[in-house]
Amino acid sequence: MDDVLLMETVERYLAGEMSSQELALFEDLRKNNATIDQMVVENIYFFHGIHQHNATKQFKHTLLEVDAMLADEGVIAAPVLNGKAQIINLWKKYQRNVAVAASIAGFISILTSGLMITYTKKNGNQYYSELVERINQTNKEVSKLKSSNPGNAIQKKEVKVDYRATGFLIDGNGYLITNAHVLNKMKNVYVENNKGEYFSASTIYTDNSVDLAILKITDTAYKVITNLPFSVKRSNADLGEQFFTLGFPRNEIVYGEGYVSAKSGSDGDSTAYQLTVSANPGNSGGPVINRNGELIGIITAKDSKADGVVYAAKAKNIYKLLDQLKKEDTKYQHIKAPSGNDLKRLERTQQVKKMEDVVFMVVGSN
Amino acid sequence: MSTLNKEQLLLKGLADGDKKAVETIYRENFSVIQSFLLNNNGSIDDARDIFQEAMVVLYEKSNDINFSLNCQIRTYLYSVCRRLWLKKLQHQSKYTTQVESLEEIIPVEDEIEAHEKRDNDFTLMEHAMGKIGEPCKSLLDAFYIQKKSMQDIAANFGYTNADNAKTQKYKCLVRLKKLFFAQYKNA
Repeated sequence: MDDVLLMETVERYLAGEMSSQELALFEDLRKNNATIDQMVVENIYFFHGIHQHNATKQFKHTLLEVDAMLADEGVIAAPVLNGKAQIINLWKKYQRNVAVAASIAGFISILTSGLMITYTKKNGNQYYSELVERINQTNKEVSKLKSSNPGNAIQKKEVKVDYRATGFLIDGNGYLITNAHVLNKMKNVYVENNKGEYFSASTIYTDNSVDLAILKITDTAYKVITNLPFSVKRSNADLGEQFFTLGFPRNEIVYGEGYVSAKSGSDGDSTAYQLTVSANPGNSGGPVINRNGELIGIITAKDSKADGVVYAAKAKNIYKLLDQLKKEDTKYQHIKAPSGNDLKRLERTQQVKKMEDVVFMVVGSN
Repeated sequence: MSTLNKEQLLLKGLADGDKKAVETIYRENFSVIQSFLLNNNGSIDDARDIFQEAMVVLYEKSNDINFSLNCQIRTYLYSVCRRLWLKKLQHQSKYTTQVESLEEIIPVEDEIEAHEKRDNDFTLMEHAMGKIGEPCKSLLDAFYIQKKSMQDIAANFGYTNADNAKTQKYKCLVRLKKLFFAQYKNA
């Protein structure tokens, strides 16, 4: 009996889908043939393992959801201690944060003193520069070269590429988050995954107030990805929190790391963070992932006059965006923000490897 | 409703993976575990990790056919968390003077041993799943976790019909099985 047939038979046996006649035959076979019986036992153990694995995995998922919800509600929080113990405990807990915060505070005060005059004169930040890349001739050549790789599963169609940015999946059925300003500029949007496959996509929702947008991959060649590895953080990131980001400032995915340097964006925009990280045109729409594998923000812009001052929309805006979308159009009820925890406790390089699969290059023509 | 009935209902819900039951147990028991951990060299995040592991132990137990809990959920969780944490401290060879609260405890060594075995199987299966690659991983996930029908899977994954998808599913399973048992033999 071949492996596939045996496996199918055992699965039907376990599910109780056999007729009484078939069941009798099957048990007879097991009784008379010790080798087959041995294989059946092995298969039963294996299916048991799969079912237990799935059940436990789902249960752990539920646990994390409940945990995140209670943490947001403040049910899970450090208890209030009294007197001396409180101070010692606080110091023990926060000495590292304090050190980081102190150095950031120093850094910011130097920066603001230098830029004060310009900022107070203008309404809004004139150096706020969005990070979509306008692609020049050489870059086009590069993308053409790349698309002619014989290894590509899906040949790039004749796409005119004028702009490039970054996006990432928030639902494995082909829904991506990127910046609103990215899509406002582009026509004929395509996304490319890390295997070099191109898919056509269309904008289904944009919110310019937080500079975020949702794209849907419309290409039939797109295969659903289940289990996105990250989750979307509902609460604010901490000052000094470290993160990494992935994006497409080049025709190839580029890794960057940095820390949260302020809890508001340009001009005190409370829907955004200020980050210290290196970012360039093409990074717009890139995910900002913290140590625990939570998405904390989406790269949107940088200060063109200051080094490493980058702005990112806060991740919790995604929930707002999804709620608005669902209110407007009931056919999107099934979209769910990811709550995976595959990245927790992994080495950074492993985390990046997992994230690469869900970060896409977003390109389009003008 | 009596405490006993309420606890039985909670355990039933837990066995089915019901979110409301999980939430209720979480709300009613987390603070006790938290103060135990904080008093014994742990942090809030340690408390969350240990508490969640204990919840998995209780979940496994609630799914056992021969299961009966002969103490309160609170006592059980406290005993398991205490044991798990002391074990972890020993592992990191941090010896500390134990601080006990006035909670009742029951022996849970056997349960933790059974849990460790299951946890090991879980990890092996997780590794095997990680190695089979796409589209197998997504396909098995769609079938076993999302409980999608073969028709839906065929449509989503681009197979011409449900039968093709089914053949592919079994091919994936055979590969997964090989990977799973290979580790088992090496371990």
